[in-house]
Amino acid sequence: MANPTGWKPSMEKGAAPGADALDTGLLGATRGLAMEEPLVFEQGSPGRIGVSLPPVPAGADPSAEIPAALLRGEIAGMPEMAELEVVRHFTRLSQWNWGIDTGFYPLGSCTMKYNPKSSEALARLPGFAGAHPLLPGSMSQGALELIWKLERSLSEVAGFPASVMSPAAGAQGELCGLMMIRAYHVARGNPRHKVLIPDTAHGTNPASAAFNGYSTVTLESGPDGRLHPETVAKAMDDDVAAIMITNPNTLGIFESHIAEIAEIVHAKGGLVYGDGANFNALLGVARPGDMGFDVMQYNLHKTFATPHGGGGPGSGPVGVAEPLIPFMPLPVVVKEGETYRLVTDPKERPQTIGKIREFWGNTGMFVRAWALIRELGPEGLRRVAELAVLNANYVRAKLVGHYNLPYETETLHEVVFDDKLQKDAGVTTMDVAKRLIDHGSHPPTVYFPLVVHGALMIEPTETESKETLDQFVAAMQAIAAESKTDPEALKGAPRKTVRARLDETRAARKPVLRWTPGMKVE
Amino acid sequence: MRYHPHTPGDVRQMLDACGVASISELFRSIPAKLRLERPLDVPAATDEVSLLAEFQRLAARNRTEHPPFIGAGAYAHHVPPVVDQLLLRGEFFTAYTPYQPEIAQGTLQALFEWQTFVTLLTGLEVSNGSMYDGASATAEAVLLATRATGREKVVVSGALHPEYRKVLATYLASTGDEIVTVPYGQDGRTDLAALQAAVDDRTAAVVIGYPNFFGVIDALPEASAIAKRAGALAVSVTAESVSLGLLQAPGALGADVAVGTFQSFGNGLNFGGPAPGFLAIREGLIRQMPGRVAGATIDRNGRRGFVLTLSTREQHIRREKATSNICTNAGLAALAATIHLSLLGKGGLAHLARLNHARGKQLRDAMKKAGFGLRFSGPTFNEAAFDVGDAEAVVERLARKGIAAGVPLSRWYPDDPAMKGALLSVATEVHTPELIELFAQSVRG
Ligand SMILES: Cc1ncc(COP(=O)(O)O)c(C=O)c1O
Repeated sequence: MANPTGWKPSMEKGAAPGADALDTGLLGATRGLAMEEPLVFEQGSPGRIGVSLPPVPAGADPSAEIPAALLRGEIAGMPEMAELEVVRHFTRLSQWNWGIDTGFYPLGSCTMKYNPKSSEALARLPGFAGAHPLLPGSMSQGALELIWKLERSLSEVAGFPASVMSPAAGAQGELCGLMMIRAYHVARGNPRHKVLIPDTAHGTNPASAAFNGYSTVTLESGPDGRLHPETVAKAMDDDVAAIMITNPNTLGIFESHIAEIAEIVHAKGGLVYGDGANFNALLGVARPGDMGFDVMQYNLHKTFATPHGGGGPGSGPVGVAEPLIPFMPLPVVVKEGETYRLVTDPKERPQTIGKIREFWGNTGMFVRAWALIRELGPEGLRRVAELAVLNANYVRAKLVGHYNLPYETETLHEVVFDDKLQKDAGVTTMDVAKRLIDHGSHPPTVYFPLVVHGALMIEPTETESKETLDQFVAAMQAIAAESKTDPEALKGAPRKTVRARLDETRAARKPVLRWTPGMKVE
Repeated sequence: MRYHPHTPGDVRQMLDACGVASISELFRSIPAKLRLERPLDVPAATDEVSLLAEFQRLAARNRTEHPPFIGAGAYAHHVPPVVDQLLLRGEFFTAYTPYQPEIAQGTLQALFEWQTFVTLLTGLEVSNGSMYDGASATAEAVLLATRATGREKVVVSGALHPEYRKVLATYLASTGDEIVTVPYGQDGRTDLAALQAAVDDRTAAVVIGYPNFFGVIDALPEASAIAKRAGALAVSVTAESVSLGLLQAPGALGADVAVGTFQSFGNGLNFGGPAPGFLAIREGLIRQMPGRVAGATIDRNGRRGFVLTLSTREQHIRREKATSNICTNAGLAALAATIHLSLLGKGGLAHLARLNHARGKQLRDAMKKAGFGLRFSGPTFNEAAFDVGDAEAVVERLARKGIAAGVPLSRWYPDDPAMKGALLSVATEVHTPELIELFAQSVRG
């Protein structure tokens, strides 16, 4: 077989300067034995198969019913592999990956906490995994009861009277929230045109606003990293539909003027949207519904420990205040006596915005989130916030001085440093991130939020032990020192991974987005 | 608490390092009047043993005796156990979006493989890294078409999945774009004369199910030609993706965009989610594409590797000017589909698709023998609508026997008297011929 990945033994020799300086990383990273692995389309052999299926009944002939022009034969290019080949392929690919199960993953804003294994077992119970969404109500009471209970608990935890369960991720929750806000204003005669968004906001906030037909106005946060009431008051007028606020914000700072800001916005008839991506910091400690928020999405794949799965699926239910309840998309689950029922007919909710996702939402994620809430209980939920905040503040205390802290304001569940102290030696945030990999940690979120140049955003989460944090701190300190003594060592990182730094410019300039026969990337 | 490793000693030392006396001091930036001064009103904590019993009790209340005969956008297929065992590798399922490609090559290469599978099955040139579901993928396809054509009207087949049409209408509510729905004919296919009449030079997209909501293999080539003549994009929507192993690829029939879900590959039903939505396009539409995409490149040593690319379309770079607000997608569900498609391969996919068509035929034959004709005369794959008299009553009666019979179409088409008795049912490889026979006999009662 050809050598599609282009790997040669000589590539491993004398890799790059400084390679020996780091045999065992400070979080324990050494070089594992990693196998080169071609694409599935580059392996196998004609005639192989990886499944066992019942035979096709003799005499079955699609062409007797379906016009020939609508039929196809076998699809050229499909792989032909035996089961073991497929198993090795994906096992090897998995070994090229970093997950929470592998090691520390302080990816700020993403809340990479441990995903309980028992939740996976529960979600795989045949009654959940095999339940068709259109089962009659009499055959789906268990799923409906679970959705109802989770909805009740999420609403309690965030301080809202009700929650929409169907949105598939945080960004779809934002969209859903803004749609309800729009419908609310339309019902009052004017949809309004603007949405206010602080400069610390995540990219999905302005994108969701624009997606929903609003123009966005960016609000500058103050020198303390907070949004100030005067700023809001100046921008607020009768044409503003809503303000979108993340609290704590993406600097990890609590927006302590939130109640006053909400008052200013409400006074002019606007509504307050909460981006709940950082809700982990507040569980059991404070409730967005009590602060003046009218609507907020929960990211179950962050706060409630459902797995991120390499980019999804998520689940983004949305809590709503009283005035928005009539506009909630369908379905909603209601409890009538001891029976649970899906409300799907707009006749029952004439002001509903409609429907945001097919069927009822990512129920598989609801099972996992509900399992976590059940295991934690009220004290456990509060403990989540306490330990998440303790962990982040501990890391902050240990790294101050080694890295520049652009905002000295107190922080909660995450902390943002930058590369100002490393810049003189020509070392950037990207270099620090890549060097950290060789020590055995996933890097923090980099270059976000945009208000900090060269941001390094660290969110340890509550499930990490003090020892792990100490190792991470030691690695970060070692890198800070190394950036002065041997900046080139950082530039060459990472060295222990299956691939060195990848050429992203090339990927974008000459896009190769699928395999084609004879594909060569050189 | 098994997920919280902190000992009292750890907490003490950490508080000292932070220079505070208590954890509550760390929250002093939250004004006192905004703090919650009572425990949350959620059920008391439970242990793993009780948890399992509790969830088993709930799950048991969803149990059916047999695999459901309901399709309508979510299909019961055999998921080989190997799929789930690979999926459960923590390096896959506890990873985030592959923002650091050097330690995410597994996710990225698998994503590249997913994209390739989507293009092979749809016959189009580019696929993104997945969407939330088939419905939002359809809405995104229409929005893409409005951007690409600069037009504001979309013509949708009345035989497209009603849930997808509802989501589309919800997504478009703020845009002012016009949605025109064209009727279906006696054959269950989109009424082409009505479609022709509805499509004009303001039309951005023509959207048609393939197979459509009635299980009928709709007139995609004709609809695509109508779209093309008007300068609109043809959008093909597939919810039962196993059909793409037997039916001609949408791209080969003129579709410019193909969307839907690959739930049928490697993903369970999960009461409707998660499942991997897909979106594939012709190359020329790439700048308008929503969502993430993986691309091949080389590393510093010249070795092939993969990265997320073309991200200047996306929200984290382009913010309010992004092609979509989507961030998290359905990565792990897409990986499940990718593993299953790798196992199936060329021969297995063709086999599975033929087997599903044959099961559909067995279902139609069994129902015919039991006295129930087809509601529509058009060709079908594995799902079809049957005239059963009172469909709601049939569903209720079979539910009492533990059989999930299908869905009465009158729920979505209350204004069409011809739908009164129509029951939409499916048979796949998980329904044995004996079970299909039992089903038909039970419908007769
Ligand atoms: C602050 C913030 N808001 C919104 C989102 C969007 O959530 P999702 O990726 O689930 O759509 C994210 C995460 O990506 C985030 O970090």
